[in-house]
Amino acid sequence: MMCRPVGLGIVLVGLMAASNAYGARAMEHPWNSPYQALEASTVALYTVFQERPKHLDPVSSYSENEAQFTAQIYEPPLQYHFLKRPYQLIPLTATDIPQPQNYAADGQLLTSNAPDSTVARVVYRITIQPGIMYAPHPAFAEGAKGNPYYLEPGRSLPRFDSLDDFSRVGTRELVAADYVHQIKRLAHPHLHSPVAGFLSTYILGLNELSETLLSEHGDTQGFLDLRRYELPGARVVNRYTFEIVLQVKYPQFVYWLAMPFFAPVPWEVEAFYALPGMAARNINLDWHPLGTGPYMLRENNPNRRMVLVRNPNYRGEPYPREGEFEDVAQGWLRSAGTQMPFIDEIHFMLEKENIPEWNKFLQGYYDSSPIASDGFDQAIRFTPEGAPEVSPVMQQQGIHLAVATQPSVSYIGFNMLDPVVGGASAQARCLRQALAVAIDIEEMISIFNNGRGVTAHSPLPPGIFGYREGREGMNPVTHEWRDGRPQRKPLAVAQRLLSKAGYPSGVNPQTGDPLTLYLDATTTGPDMKSLFNWYRKQFQKLGIELVVRSTDYNRFQDKMRKGDAQIFNWGWNADYTDPENFLFLLYSRNGKAKYQGENAANYENPRFDALFERMRSLPNSPARQQLINELLAIARHDAPWIWGFHPQAYTLNHQWVGNTKPNMMARNTLKYRTLDPALRAAKQLEWNRPRLVPPLLAIALFLCPLLVVLKQRRKRLAILQ
Amino acid sequence: MITYLIRRLVYSVPILFGVNIITFALFFLVNSPDQMARKQLGEHRVTMDAVEKWKTERGYNVPLLWNSTSTGTGRVRDTVFYATSARLFSFNFGQSDSGRDIGYDIRERMGPSLAIAIPALIIQILLATTLALFVSVLRGSRLDRWTTTVCVGLMSVSSLFFIMAGQYVMAKLLRLVPISGYADGWAMAKFVLLPVIVQVLASLGANVRWYRTVFLEENAKDYVRTARAKGLSDATVMLRHVLRNALLPLLTNIVVILPGLFLGSLITESFFAIPGLGSYTIEAIQNQDFAAVRAMVFLGSLLYIVGLILTDISYAWADPRIRLGKA
Repeated sequence: MMCRPVGLGIVLVGLMAASNAYGARAMEHPWNSPYQALEASTVALYTVFQERPKHLDPVSSYSENEAQFTAQIYEPPLQYHFLKRPYQLIPLTATDIPQPQNYAADGQLLTSNAPDSTVARVVYRITIQPGIMYAPHPAFAEGAKGNPYYLEPGRSLPRFDSLDDFSRVGTRELVAADYVHQIKRLAHPHLHSPVAGFLSTYILGLNELSETLLSEHGDTQGFLDLRRYELPGARVVNRYTFEIVLQVKYPQFVYWLAMPFFAPVPWEVEAFYALPGMAARNINLDWHPLGTGPYMLRENNPNRRMVLVRNPNYRGEPYPREGEFEDVAQGWLRSAGTQMPFIDEIHFMLEKENIPEWNKFLQGYYDSSPIASDGFDQAIRFTPEGAPEVSPVMQQQGIHLAVATQPSVSYIGFNMLDPVVGGASAQARCLRQALAVAIDIEEMISIFNNGRGVTAHSPLPPGIFGYREGREGMNPVTHEWRDGRPQRKPLAVAQRLLSKAGYPSGVNPQTGDPLTLYLDATTTGPDMKSLFNWYRKQFQKLGIELVVRSTDYNRFQDKMRKGDAQIFNWGWNADYTDPENFLFLLYSRNGKAKYQGENAANYENPRFDALFERMRSLPNSPARQQLINELLAIARHDAPWIWGFHPQAYTLNHQWVGNTKPNMMARNTLKYRTLDPALRAAKQLEWNRPRLVPPLLAIALFLCPLLVVLKQRRKRLAILQ
Repeated sequence: MITYLIRRLVYSVPILFGVNIITFALFFLVNSPDQMARKQLGEHRVTMDAVEKWKTERGYNVPLLWNSTSTGTGRVRDTVFYATSARLFSFNFGQSDSGRDIGYDIRERMGPSLAIAIPALIIQILLATTLALFVSVLRGSRLDRWTTTVCVGLMSVSSLFFIMAGQYVMAKLLRLVPISGYADGWAMAKFVLLPVIVQVLASLGANVRWYRTVFLEENAKDYVRTARAKGLSDATVMLRHVLRNALLPLLTNIVVILPGLFLGSLITESFFAIPGLGSYTIEAIQNQDFAAVRAMVFLGSLLYIVGLILTDISYAWADPRIRLGKA
């Protein structure tokens, strides 16, 4: 009898060991490793994704969590330089950066600075490099006459569940027609490109093509052969050259050529995915992308992991030879001139929760990690000068920190349509300015972002042309220059402004009660309650009562679209690195309530609009800087926003990962990474030796009282008998 | 029996219909087709035209429940509810709003949910039954009191705590198993070990307490006293007589949770990165994917109906006095 529980304990431990033995290969591979032994020995980068990507088709994909995959696979004509700042466009598949050619209505070529009103057509001629090959794919398998094998009429398909079941694969060269095909796909009635409506206002004939396709194919499924349709705004010039024709001047269009919407898609792939049985097995471009980039998607299991492997047909690209001054000291130019990519496989593991992700990073199973708020104090400490550095524990593990300011802005906006805080009156403006002074953004960054942010003095974040450091870039409405740095003005200034606004000490003279304002916000987590309380205290400093109208995201969006909010939290991430992409957030033609645009504050100022229209057409130059300075001065004076902050991304990297310079605009950065898998394997083993004694002791402690009781009962029964 | 089963299946049709209506009403109470379109298309630069096109293609451009612009049966048929509900009853779940085949996704994700749920259920039943039998024999002893205390303790702790403590102790401190993840084939063993232990522990307290109560009630009956008087051993009495007669309440408890096994555990799957149906449902809710949410709710209600029918059948199997379909 006594032997049974002991045996049970031994069996339990044995089971645990046996279950780990498979794939763990005893002590050569840590028991708690989430990977197979084979995987750990290959040059594979391990990283995470938190949300299943909805679209991997470049025509539909428009979110960050999708870009981390698509940017490694697809190649638009242009890309951002990995090292240089401010961010700079360079060719990717193109031979050079296309220059716009302006034409008048009569076809006459105009100068680059021709007034907008005289320009009837703008032509971008793009030439791509020859010899770029697609990754292997069954759509390119060649038949007897050189035609796509699986697309031959009457060809019966093999029994298949996935793309791997197609034994024949092939490739072909990238040609200009593939880019034109993709631009036509923007008008495809079933693909629902999120930018189709926006780009239709620029690309000649896109809207008309969209209507034609909708009327002819709106109700039909299957392959829609876009080669049969002409699009005047996108035409093939020769095998390697194509032109995009805009119907209005849009100097920022060149940045769009670095986005996946302009990545090439060959017609054969669309035709292949339209074959019978593909849709029922979820085999489509959204889930099985194909491109010319350094990686291709080998495993697409968005419920667990997604694996990119080296594209065997990739042409290679040299690591940049130039960068910023400090890049040499950081070792980010050590690979200069070497052919990329350096890593064979990239494993994206699904991690929905921060805690498991963070712990796996500390165990060495993820190569890089962001820092969750909960783990911030464990990971980061600030030097007496206020600079962040990794904690001593992390330093012992050889972990290093990379900090980058994101090209985005998080702000508190005033609805300019609101009768109390909105409008161009001096009273309302003073009220907004008073609040902009009183709300201590620096304190907010410190409390709620662990110091990870830069106070915003305008919509423009660092790294964007027009942003200025130091005194020149300071917002004189809210800050003053003291002790060699901008410091928030004292509360007395805000109180004076409030009195000028007609609310002395925050009292509404009409009612005799404290002025009540309303903040509309979405509740996204438990931290929001303390943030709302903090807001209330900030408003209370001026004697103003703040009512927080917390709601779900849908309702909040509806309110914003209708212009019903009074004060709101909002933010903007750069699509591209031109100042136009931030200043257009205050352009009246972009008003959210009137035009469904991105000017959420519904700000209107004719002078601002006029200057903006001039600024957006200019190339980066002192004249453009001067216009931006004027624009910012107007915006700061009118204060449609409390300028908020520019978030900073803190990323931790293990010692075996190289070339980790953060680039907040480029998404195709994995080709630059280097990795030392031997060092990683050694450290994983060192940090993860299993501890067996404590569980065995625990089992023994659990069994002891059981044995004692059993023994006593046996004795008692023996006596009774 | 057959008549009874047919009757129960016929009864299930209005129940499923009702559940479908409630799901539909609740979903569209908080989400409009416009919001769904924006969620799928993205928030930036999406025009109203793009929203309208998306709604048209997905069939959300008609009224939700009643189309007053149509005539005759079209008033009902030309609605979102009819178009999206009719095919459910033929188990054609169609495509999710993000364009995936729902049936394919459900088949793919059922395996990982079952990989945790089945071993967890078996171990849980065996362990809870053994412990409950044990402490019911030793009623009033120090071990019984301690077990009761520990069980109440286990019942008082949130399942989230078990998950986080399990990950901390087993994976981080002792380094015995991975913190989270999943693999196919036999390699899944080391990934499902910790979730299974956590699920067993999380339900152990309540189950042991419930089973113990049931066994004690049986223990007090005359036939048990007779068996003991005949000199049968504790093991024989408990296993051959008490356990058999206590099966009805135990079966009720077990069979009702069977549907939940297929549908997965929302929190466990999320924390352990298990690609099961629990996380599928959560994702669908987060993405406002009505087609997927409705399919999962429909499947859930169907499984519950089947579970209840199975309970009735198991009663008849466990107790020969019960005859299904007879008054």
